Amino acid sequence: MNAPLTAVPIAAKDFKSDYKPVWCPGCGDYSVLSSITKALATLGLRPENVAVVSGIGCSSRIPAYTTCYGFHGVHGRALPAATGLKVARPDLTVLVASGDGDGYSIGGNHFLHACRRNVDLTYIVMDNHVYGMTKGQPSPTTEPGWSSKLAPGGTGLREFHPLVIALASGANFIARAFSGDPNGTAALIAEAVRHPGFSFIEVLSPCVTFRPEQRGWKEVVHPAPVAPTDDPGRAARRIMTDDGFNIGVLYKGNRAPFRLAAAGATHASVDLESGFRL
Amino acid sequence: MPSTRKARAPAAEAYADFMARAYTMELEATERYAQFAEQLDTHNNRDVAQLFRKLAEVEALHAKRILAEMRWPSVSALVPAYAWDGAEGPETAPFDSLHYLMQPYHALKIALRCELKAVQYFEAIAAGTGPQRVRAAAAEMAAEEREHVKLIRDWMKRVPTPVAGWDYDPDPPGIGE
Repeated sequence: MNAPLTAVPIAAKDFKSDYKPVWCPGCGDYSVLSSITKALATLGLRPENVAVVSGIGCSSRIPAYTTCYGFHGVHGRALPAATGLKVARPDLTVLVASGDGDGYSIGGNHFLHACRRNVDLTYIVMDNHVYGMTKGQPSPTTEPGWSSKLAPGGTGLREFHPLVIALASGANFIARAFSGDPNGTAALIAEAVRHPGFSFIEVLSPCVTFRPEQRGWKEVVHPAPVAPTDDPGRAARRIMTDDGFNIGVLYKGNRAPFRLAAAGATHASVDLESGFRL
Repeated sequence: MPSTRKARAPAAEAYADFMARAYTMELEATERYAQFAEQLDTHNNRDVAQLFRKLAEVEALHAKRILAEMRWPSVSALVPAYAWDGAEGPETAPFDSLHYLMQPYHALKIALRCELKAVQYFEAIAAGTGPQRVRAAAAEMAAEEREHVKLIRDWMKRVPTPVAGWDYDPDPPGIGE
C-alpha cells in the first residue's frame, strides 16, 4: 500500500456509490462489499487513491458499487488489467475482485502468473463453489458430488485448491475469510493491502439461491488454529491438510514485490506511447 | 472517544463506554435493516422491504435516544470499532438471513432473534460485576428489549405464517451483466 493517507478521516459509507447492488438478498457478496469499504476506511485511504478492478460474474459487479476508480473488465482478465494499472500507476492501491468461476476457470492461467509476478495487488476472490450469475453451473471449486439440475449426479471432478495453487505459484500473502464475519474480513483485507506484493484472499461467500446449504458455513468456519507462517513448506502442509474452513492469514511471505525498474525496464510509459503515435 | 475521558472517574468512563457500545449496537442494527430494505426493494419484495424499513426506524430511534441522554453532539466521532463476542453486534442480523421470496413473517423472525440476543447481552452485563451505574443502565435496556420481544411476538401473530415450499422457484433469478 503506498497511496497517500487522508488528512480528514472518512467513513466506510464514503466508499459506497449510489448504485444499489442487484445481488440476491442474502448473498455473501453484500458483506464482502461492506468489508472492502470498512477496510479502505480503516486504512485511511480516499476513493481517488484506490482502483477496484474486476472480471465478470456476480462478484465482479463490485467496482460499480464503490466510489473508487473502477474497471469492470473481460471475463477472467481482471488480473492482467490490474497488473497493468499497478505497474503504470504504482501510487494507486489496486484491489481485484473476482469469483471462483471468473478467477479460477476462465482466469485460471492469469491467477498463476499474477502470483508468480508478485505485483503489489490485493486479489479478493468470492468463492461460492458455483456459477451463480448464469444460474448454477458447477465451478472449479464445486464439490465432485454436488448434484443439481444442470449437473445431475455431480461432475465427479476433483475441486481446484486455490490456496495451494497460490502458494506454489508465489503469492506473498494468503488468507481465507468468511463473508459471515464482515468485520473479520475487513481486518484481513486491510492486512492484505498493507502487506507488500501479491496478496490473495479467498472469501467463502455463500450463494443462497443456488447453494442454499452454504448458509450452514457459519456453523463450520473457525479461526485458523496456528499463527501465520513465512515458511512456504509449513504453509503448504497446513493448507493441504486443512478442512477448507480455517479462517485467517495462512501465509505471509517476504518476497520483494515486482518493481518495473528492477525488472530491467528502461522505458517510461510515455516513451512506449510515442512508439505508437501516428 | 474524546481525550477528556482520561480525566473522568473510572465508573463514569465505564458508563460512557457502555453507552457508546449500546449506541453502536443500535446503529449497526439500523444500518443492517436499512440495507435489507434496499435489497428487498431491488427484488420487488415491497412488503418485506417496508417492514425492514420500519425496523430500521425503530432502531434509529433508540440510537438517537442514547445520544440525547448522553448529550453527545455528533455520532461518527464516537463510534469505536468494537470487537463483539460474535462476528458482529448482538442485535445485528446476519447478511445471509434473507431470501428474495421471504415473507413478513420471516423478517419478524429475524428481528425476534436479534432482540432476544440483545436481551441476553444486556442481561449478562446487568448481572455482571461492573459499576452499579452500568449495571442499572443495562438492566433498563434489557427490560426495553424484552418489551420489543413481546411486541414482535404479537406482530408475528398478525401476519400469515408461510406455508411449506414458500421458497420454491422453478426458475431462480439470474442477474444481468
